[in-house]
Amino acid sequence: MGKFNKGGKKQMPALNSSSMPDIVFAILFFFMVTTTMRSETLMVKMKLPTASEVQKLEKKSLVTYINIGPPMDARLGTGTQMQLNDRFAQISEIQDYIAQEKASMNEADQPLMTVSIKADDATRMQYITDVKQALRQAYALKISYSARQGDN
Amino acid sequence: MANKRKVPALNANSMADISFLLLTFFLLVSNMDVDSGLARRLPPPPQSEEETSVDVQRRNLLIVLVNAQNETMVQSQQGSEWYATAEELRGSGGKVPLKDKVKEFVLNISNSAELPILTEEDFGAPIGIVPVTSQHVVSIQNDATTSYKAYIAVQNEVVRAYNELREEGAKKYFNTSYEELTEDQKKQINDLYPQRISEAEPKNYGGQ
Repeated sequence: MGKFNKGGKKQMPALNSSSMPDIVFAILFFFMVTTTMRSETLMVKMKLPTASEVQKLEKKSLVTYINIGPPMDARLGTGTQMQLNDRFAQISEIQDYIAQEKASMNEADQPLMTVSIKADDATRMQYITDVKQALRQAYALKISYSARQGDN
Repeated sequence: MANKRKVPALNANSMADISFLLLTFFLLVSNMDVDSGLARRLPPPPQSEEETSVDVQRRNLLIVLVNAQNETMVQSQQGSEWYATAEELRGSGGKVPLKDKVKEFVLNISNSAELPILTEEDFGAPIGIVPVTSQHVVSIQNDATTSYKAYIAVQNEVVRAYNELREEGAKKYFNTSYEELTEDQKKQINDLYPQRISEAEPKNYGGQ
């Protein structure tokens, strides 16, 4: 039984960490593939409404966002504002925006374009309706009312 | 030079540090959250100047009205129901939940003359020819000052009714849950219970 504890002061061998970069690179690639870059900074405050029957929006490249809510910057007041692509915009600018987004898409993907309306839950429906009418005029007919998964 | 010189091993110790740095960068600049929402399809814009309205028979129409005080009224030819809060929409306080109203309306099991017309249609095996209310319309109307939250709550209940119908249809005809159906089978069920939701332009009932 003298096999163990030979008595000699053995040094612990150094841990072979040469595969560490490989592992980290694997994680890195995973993140690069599954995530998308944050494309815009939010300029409006919004608390999305909750809904239980939400569907996930797949294919992020097909989704265009319209953010609606009171501005983050209190100096701009508390009225409802709309943010398109990093700046505040008026409803009349939606058509140009949609046309521009559509033009930047692959031609085959254009009919699949979805507009996600991300609006604060205290927004008046008048505003949403105006946005919807503008989207109709722009022939962006696939829309999604963005909502958080909730239990109601 | 006969003796081969060994190439010294590359020191790759810092490789891990570099890749960790890259990883951290990507973690910070990317976002994982998938956007989710209630999908809808808008009608195309009216072609001519005058309003193109579609005549719908009164019995085929279920009006869901959300007013400026965020109260909901459901009106069909069978009668109307009034919901004061979002909790009542889901059936608290002894009210019939909105989704059950919608399901009853869409199915019209009793073939009532006050609910949508039943027409026989062929949906292919294994569903076969069944009577469905292919003409029904759920019209969601809102006031100009209705809050978005209340509107989404009502939309959600209507979508829930359709989802439950589809789930029941999947159980009945394919003996499995809707989630596990193939794409073709899902399409059959969707054709059986199409989402016919109309979002009308708001009316200014409540005043500003």
